[in-house]
Amino acid sequence: MSNVPAELKYTKSHEWVSVDGDTATVGITDHAQDLLGDMVFIELPDVGASFEKGDDCAVVESVKAASDVYSPLSGEVLEVNDALADAPEAVNNEPYASWLFKLKMSDASQLDEMLDAASYSGVAADDSH
Amino acid sequence: MPFVPHTEDDVRSMLEAIGVESIDDLFDEIPKNLRYDLANETPLEGVPEGMPESDVARLMHDRASQNGAPLCFMGAGAYEHHIPAAVWEITTRGEFYSAYTPYQAEASQGTLQLLYEFQTMMASLTGMDVSNGSLYDGASSLAEAVLMAVRANRKSKSKRILVPRTTHPHYRKTANAIVKNQGITLEELDYDHQGGFIDPASLTDEPGDFAALVIPYPNFFGVLEEVDVLTDWAHQHGALVIAVVNPLALGLLKSPAEWGVKGADIVCGEGQPLGVPMASGGPYYGIMCCKQALVRQMPGRIVGRTVDLDGKSGYTLTLQAREQHIRRSKATSNICTNQGLMVTASTIHMALLGAEGLKRVAAQSHANKQQLLEKLTAINGVTNLFNRPSFHEAVIQLELPTSDVLASLAQSNILGGYSLAEDYPELGNALLVCATETKNDADLEHYAEKLQAIFN
Repeated sequence: MSNVPAELKYTKSHEWVSVDGDTATVGITDHAQDLLGDMVFIELPDVGASFEKGDDCAVVESVKAASDVYSPLSGEVLEVNDALADAPEAVNNEPYASWLFKLKMSDASQLDEMLDAASYSGVAADDSH
Repeated sequence: MPFVPHTEDDVRSMLEAIGVESIDDLFDEIPKNLRYDLANETPLEGVPEGMPESDVARLMHDRASQNGAPLCFMGAGAYEHHIPAAVWEITTRGEFYSAYTPYQAEASQGTLQLLYEFQTMMASLTGMDVSNGSLYDGASSLAEAVLMAVRANRKSKSKRILVPRTTHPHYRKTANAIVKNQGITLEELDYDHQGGFIDPASLTDEPGDFAALVIPYPNFFGVLEEVDVLTDWAHQHGALVIAVVNPLALGLLKSPAEWGVKGADIVCGEGQPLGVPMASGGPYYGIMCCKQALVRQMPGRIVGRTVDLDGKSGYTLTLQAREQHIRRSKATSNICTNQGLMVTASTIHMALLGAEGLKRVAAQSHANKQQLLEKLTAINGVTNLFNRPSFHEAVIQLELPTSDVLASLAQSNILGGYSLAEDYPELGNALLVCATETKNDADLEHYAEKLQAIFN
C-alpha cells in the first residue's frame, strides 16, 4: 500500500498539493511514481506561466512511459524545482519532498473539490487492481 | 497472436453495420473505367498488356541509354561525387542489405552500432551534441526542424519562422506543405540581389516575435551566408537558429555549433553528397542534429550505447518516450524508420574517407568551382553574378536565355547547370553551375569551349 500523507490534498490523476497561504506546492503521489517506475526526465513548466485547473503543465518521463502532469488548480507558476533536472530519481525516492512546481492560486475554492487522503487512498487502491 | 482473416460472416456483419451491400460498393467513388474487373479480366484503358521479363529488360535498357552520361555541372541540391567502389560493395552485403530497417527493438546489434557510428560522425561534423539516425530527405528534414523549433521555443510561443529566399526552393515548398496546416507560417526573408546572400544590414531591429530563423549554408546559390551575425541576431530576438547544411561542406567550413556566440540550435540537411549516387531524385536521406537541451523535441530514431548485464557494451534505441508508440498523440516523433540503407552507405563512405578525406573532397570541389568560374566568366557575354565567397556552386549571368544555352550544351553532352529563371525571375538569365572534385582540367576546359562557341 502506498504512502498517502493525511495533511495533503489529491487529484484523481495522482497529483498532490500542499497549501501555504495562497501558494500551492504540487507533486506526484507515491502511487503514481510506483506505477511509472524509474524516472529519467522531468519537464517542468516555465515560471510565470498560467494554467487553468486540469491543464497539462509538466511531463514525467520514466523508463516505461511519459505522462502528463495536470495542474490541480488554476494559477500562475511561481517557482519550479530545478534540482529535478539532474536528479529526477528524487521523485521515486521521496515523492512528497520532491515537488515539481509552486502555484499562486487564483481560486482557492478549487481546493474544496480536491480529494482528501482517505478518498485518494480509495482511488489508488481501485487503480491497483 | 495468430493472424485470423475475416470470415464471410464477419464481412457480412461489418457491411451491414455500415449499410453497404458489398465490398465492391466501397470502391464506388473510383470510376469504373479505372477499376480492374477481376471477374472478366477486362484490360484497363490505356494500360498495355503485360510483357515478358526479357522484353522489359530490353525496353528499360533502351530507355536508360537515352540518358547518356553527360558531363555534369549541375548541382542545386544533388551533387555528383566520387564514391569509392568499396562503399556499395560493403553496403549491399547481406548482413547490412537485408537487415537495414531498424523499426523494431529486434534491430541487429550490427545495424544499431552502424547507426551509432553515423550519429557520432554527424555530431562531430556539425559540432552538435546529438544526431538522430536520419530522416527521409533534406527537404523534409527542414520541415521537421521547423516543427521542432516551434515545440521547443517555449519562450517565444510564436508559430512564425523566418526562411530566407536563399534556401532551396524545393525545401521551402516541402516544408510549407508539411507545416502550414499546423498553423505555422514560413515567412520569406528576401536577399541582397547583388550579393546573393542575406545582408545583415537589412535585418530589422523589430522583426516581431518569431520561433526560429533558418540559415542555409551554403545557400542555394552556393554562397556562404554571414552565419555569425545572423545567428546572434536571431538569438537576440528570442528565436532559435535552424542551420540547413551540406554536410560535405562542413568538412571544410566552420561547424554550425561555432556560429556566433551561442551556435546554431538545430542542424538539418541533405545527406546525399556523402556516398549516395544521384538517381532521379532519390532515395536520399535527411540529417538532423541538435543541442542536448532540445533532444527530447527531436524526431526520428536515436541509437544509444549502453552495457548489458555482464557489463559488455551494446547498442539500443533510446529516448523512445518521444515516440508515438509511447507518447501517443503528444509524440515529438512520428517517424518510426529512417533511411537506413543510405545511412549505411554514408557511414562506410565517411569511414573510408576519414575527416581528412572529406576535407580534401570539399577543398578540391571548391577549387574546381573557382577555376570553372574563371574560365566561364572570361567569355564575352558571361558574368559572375554574385561576388561573394561560395562553396562548390556559383551563379553566372548570360546574355542569352538560359534555356537556349542549356539546350545547346546538351547537344554537346554537357549538363550545363540549373536555370534560376523560374525560381528567381528577378535575376534574369541566371545559371547555377557546380563543379565537384569529379571534374578535371580537361572537363572544365571542355565546358568553357562549348559555352564560348555558343556566344561566338
